[in-house]
Amino acid sequence: MEALHYLCTHKIVTIDSSSLFSVSFEQIGILHNRFKQLSHNEETLLRENFSKIPDLECNPIRSQIIEAFFDRRNFRQNGEGTVEEIGFEEFLVTMSHFRPPTLNMSEHQREGVRRDKLRFLFNMHDTDNDGTITLEEYRHVVEELLSLSEAMEKDTAKSIADAAMLEVASISMGHMEPDEFYEGITFEHFLKLLNGFEIESRMYVRFLNMDTTTLCK
Amino acid sequence: DGVTAFPDAEKANMPVFTMDYPRIQIPFEITMWVLLASFAKIGFHVYKKITVWVPESCLLITIGLIVGGIMHSVHEEPPAVLTSNVFFLYMLPPIVLDSGYFMPTRPFFENIGTVLWFAVVGTLWNSIGIGMSLFAICQIEAFGVQDINLQENLLFATIISAVDPVAVLSVFEDVSVNEQLYIVVFGECLFNDAVTVVLYNMFNFVAEMPVVEPVDVFLGVARFFVVGLGGMGFGILFGFTAAFTTRFTSKVREIEPLFIFMYSYLAYLVAELFAISSIMAIVTCALTMKYYVEENVSQRSCTTIRHVVKMLGCISETLIFFFLGVVTITTAHEWNWGYILFTLLFAFVWRGLGVLVLTQIINPFRTIPFNMKDQFGLAYGGLRGAISFALVFTLPDSIGRKQLFITATIAVILFTVFLQGISIRPLIEFINVRRTNRNLDTINVEVHCRLMEHTMAGIEDLCGQWSHFYWKDKFMKFNNRILRKILIRDNRAESSIVALYKKLELQNAMEILDTVSGDISAAPSIESLYEDKKSSKPKKKFLAPDLKNMHDILSKNMYKIRQRTVAYTNKHALPNESQSREILIRRHASIRRSLRPGSFQSSVSGQRSHCGRYRLEVLHDQETMSETAYPSRRSRFGQPSRSSSRAMMPLRRLDTLTEVHSVDMVDESSGSGGGTSRTNAGDPHTPVPTKVSRPMTPETGIAKRKRRSGLRPHLLQAGPWNPETTQHGTLCSGGLSGTRRCESVPGLFERTLQGLYNTTTCSYHPKTR
Repeated sequence: MEALHYLCTHKIVTIDSSSLFSVSFEQIGILHNRFKQLSHNEETLLRENFSKIPDLECNPIRSQIIEAFFDRRNFRQNGEGTVEEIGFEEFLVTMSHFRPPTLNMSEHQREGVRRDKLRFLFNMHDTDNDGTITLEEYRHVVEELLSLSEAMEKDTAKSIADAAMLEVASISMGHMEPDEFYEGITFEHFLKLLNGFEIESRMYVRFLNMDTTTLCK
Repeated sequence: DGVTAFPDAEKANMPVFTMDYPRIQIPFEITMWVLLASFAKIGFHVYKKITVWVPESCLLITIGLIVGGIMHSVHEEPPAVLTSNVFFLYMLPPIVLDSGYFMPTRPFFENIGTVLWFAVVGTLWNSIGIGMSLFAICQIEAFGVQDINLQENLLFATIISAVDPVAVLSVFEDVSVNEQLYIVVFGECLFNDAVTVVLYNMFNFVAEMPVVEPVDVFLGVARFFVVGLGGMGFGILFGFTAAFTTRFTSKVREIEPLFIFMYSYLAYLVAELFAISSIMAIVTCALTMKYYVEENVSQRSCTTIRHVVKMLGCISETLIFFFLGVVTITTAHEWNWGYILFTLLFAFVWRGLGVLVLTQIINPFRTIPFNMKDQFGLAYGGLRGAISFALVFTLPDSIGRKQLFITATIAVILFTVFLQGISIRPLIEFINVRRTNRNLDTINVEVHCRLMEHTMAGIEDLCGQWSHFYWKDKFMKFNNRILRKILIRDNRAESSIVALYKKLELQNAMEILDTVSGDISAAPSIESLYEDKKSSKPKKKFLAPDLKNMHDILSKNMYKIRQRTVAYTNKHALPNESQSREILIRRHASIRRSLRPGSFQSSVSGQRSHCGRYRLEVLHDQETMSETAYPSRRSRFGQPSRSSSRAMMPLRRLDTLTEVHSVDMVDESSGSGGGTSRTNAGDPHTPVPTKVSRPMTPETGIAKRKRRSGLRPHLLQAGPWNPETTQHGTLCSGGLSGTRRCESVPGLFERTLQGLYNTTTCSYHPKTR
C-alpha cells in the first residue's frame, strides 16, 4: 500500500500502541490519499490548499481549524509557534487527536485521551500561546462562533463571553478577593470547567469504508 | 280534618333545601378521586424519608390497594370510569405528552439508533421468547393450563413485555444514572409502543383465526412499518402545523397554549383512528413542535405550556397508579401458581438475555459502549406498568382464560414495580453505575460543545469522511434556511449559544420578578435562604468599607444559592430553575462591577428632574456604557472594589429605596441611574413607607425581596408613574404583567432585557396583560 510504503521509506511514524495513537493502517491510507489530493501530489501542504475546500467555507471557525494544523503545539513534540507548511507526518499527528475511543479503555487511558482532545481545543482558543485563555481570546472565539447568525449584536457576544468567564472564575477560583485579578483560563481550569462533558466519546472522526476522495473536492 | 302539623302532599311548598346527586355524579366522583390521589401525594412528602427509598408509584399503588380494600368491604363497585377506553383516550396522552415534551433532544438524536434497536428488536425478542416458553410450560399437565394455545400465549406475552414509561421514569429520575442509559431506557419505553400495537393487533387477529398463513406474517411486518412510520409521520405533520399556527398568534396570546395541547391531542386521536401507534405520534409531535413553538409564543405562554403539561402528566400518572391499586382488589381473580410464577420468571430472564444479546450486537456501533453495569441497569429497569394493565383489559372475551391473564398481568406489574422499583436505587448505587452530571447547562459547556461540533464538521470536510456531524450540520443549515423562515415569525437564524443565554436570562428575570410578587412556589430556595438569613444582623450604615464586605458576602451568597437550588430540583420540578438563577446573579455581579460610575454619573446628575426623559437617558447611557465598560473591565477583570467606592455616592441616596426589589445587587449599580430617579420622582408623589430601613445590605437583600412584596400594590397605584411607564413599556419589553411591573424593574435589568429582546420577537405589548 502506498501509505505504508511512504511510511516505511520515510521512517516517520512510530505507532506506539500503548499510547494514544491507535489509528489503523487503512485509516492512514485513506488520510494519505486525501493528503495527496489536497496537496496536488506535492510533499507538503500549505494554508492555501486548505482554503480551497468548498465545504469548509461555511464553517465559522474555519480559520482556527486551519491554523490548528499548522500549530506546532499539536505536533506532540512540545514545540511552539506555527509553521508554514506541513508534511504528511504532521498532518497525521494532528489528525490523531480525533481518533475514536477503543472499547476497553482503562480509566487512565480515558483520562489521557480526554486531556489530549481538550488540549487541542485549548490550543485553538489560545492563539497567542501564553498558556491561558484571556477574555479577549474567548470573546474572539465566541464572536466567530456566532458569526453565522445574522443580525447579531456585538454586545451579545461580549456579554456571553463575559458571563462565561465569570463562570470559569467562580468554578475554578472559588471565592475571590475583591482585589484579585483573574488572569485567564489555564489548562487546568479548562479541564475542571468541562468536567462533565464527555468529549472523548464525541470528538472523533468515524472513518467510512469507502474511498471518498472522488466525492470531495 | 284537624290541624295537621305538615302541609298536605298536594300543597307542596317551595323547598328550601334540595339535593340532586345523580346530576353531578360523574364530575363529582372524578373530582373526588383526583383530589384523593393528590392528597395522597401531599401526604407522602410529609415524611421525607419514605420517598427516598420507595418510589412514588409504589406508594400510590399501596394507597389504591387500601382504598380498594375499603370499597370491597362495603361492597362498592369501583368507579365505572376506569374502562380501557378512558385509559387510552384520556389518561395516557397527558403522560406521554409530558415525557415527549421534556425529552432531551440532543442526546436522544445522538442515540436514536440504539433506542430504536432496543425498542423494536427488544420488544420482539421479549414477546416471542416469553410466548414460546409459556407455551412450552402450558404443555406440562401439572399446571392445568393446557387449553391456552400458542396464539393466546403470544398475545399475553406481548402484553407483558411492554415496558412502561410511567413506571420506569418515576424510578429512574430519582436515581440519576448516566445520560446514555437514561435516554435509551426512556426512548425504548416510548417507542416500543409501535411494536406492541402491531403485535397485539396481529396476535389478536390471529388468535381468533383457526389457521395462520405465512401471508399473515408478511402482512404483519408490513403493518409494523405502516404503524411505526405512520405514527411518526402524523406526529411530524401535526408538529409542523402547530408550529406554523403559532406564527400567527401574536394577537391572541391568551389562547396560545391551547394550540399546543389541541394539536398534540389531535395527533393522538387521528393515530388512534387509523390504529397506528398513537404514542409515537404524540411524542414525535411534541418533539417537532417544541423547538419552533417556544420561539414563537410569548414567555408567559411558554411557561404556561410547560406548567400545564407537567401538571396534566402528574395527575394522570397519579390516577393511574391509584386505580391500579383499587382495581386489583375489586376484580375477580383467577390464580394459578404455576403459570404466574413462570410468567414472572420468564419476564425477568428474557429481558436480561435480550439486553445482553442486543447490547453485544450494537456496542460496536456505539460511541460509548454499554458496560456490564449499564446493561444491568437496562435490564433491571424494565418495569411493567399501566399500559400492560390497560391492554389486558381490552382482551376480547372470547379468550377463555382472560381472568388468568388479568391476574398474571397484575402480578407482574406489582412485582416489578414494588420489588424492582424499590431495590433498583440501592443496587445501582451499590454496583456504581456511571452517573452523570446533570448540571451541564452552563454557557461554557454550550460554547465548547458548539466549538467542538464545528471543529468536527470542519475536520470531516477536510478529510472527506462524513458522519453524523456532517448530517447534523446539513440539517441545521436546512433548518436555518428553510424551516425557520416558514415556521418562525421572527426568523433570524440564531445560534444555540445565544438561544441558551437568552433563555437562561429570561427565565431568571421571570423568576426573580415572580418571586417578588409573592409567588412563593416559584422560589423555594429563596424562602429557605430567607430563613437562614433571619439571624444575621442588618447593618446600620452604609459606608465605603462596608461595600467591600458586601462584595465578600455577596460572593459567598452566590455559592449558598447554588447549593440550595440544586437540592430542590427533581422530576416534578420544571427544568432549568436553578442554573438560570446562578448565571444571572453572577452576570449581574459582573455588570455591576463593570459599570464605571464616571461617565455614568455625569449624565445622572444632569437629568434628575424630569423622570420620564431621564429614564430614556439612563437607558441610553447604559447602552453606550457597555462599550466603555467592557474594555476597562477587561483589564481589571474581577476587581470589584474600585467601582464600589465611586458608586458610593449615588448609593447613599438609596436610603428610601424600598420599592426597588428584584435583584438587589443590580440595584446597587443601576441604583445610581434608575433607582435614584425613582426615589426622587417617587417622593413627592407617594409617601414611601420606611418599612424597610436597611436598603442595601446584601445578606438581608435577598430576604428583603419577601418583605417588600407587600409594597408592590402601593407602587402600582402611584398615578404619576404612568407617563413614564408608557415610554418605559416600549423600551422594557419584558412586560410581564403589562406596564405596571415594568416600572419597578431597575434600569439595568431593563437594559439586559432590552438587549436580549431586540433580537427576539417582541412579545409583550404594553397594553395587553
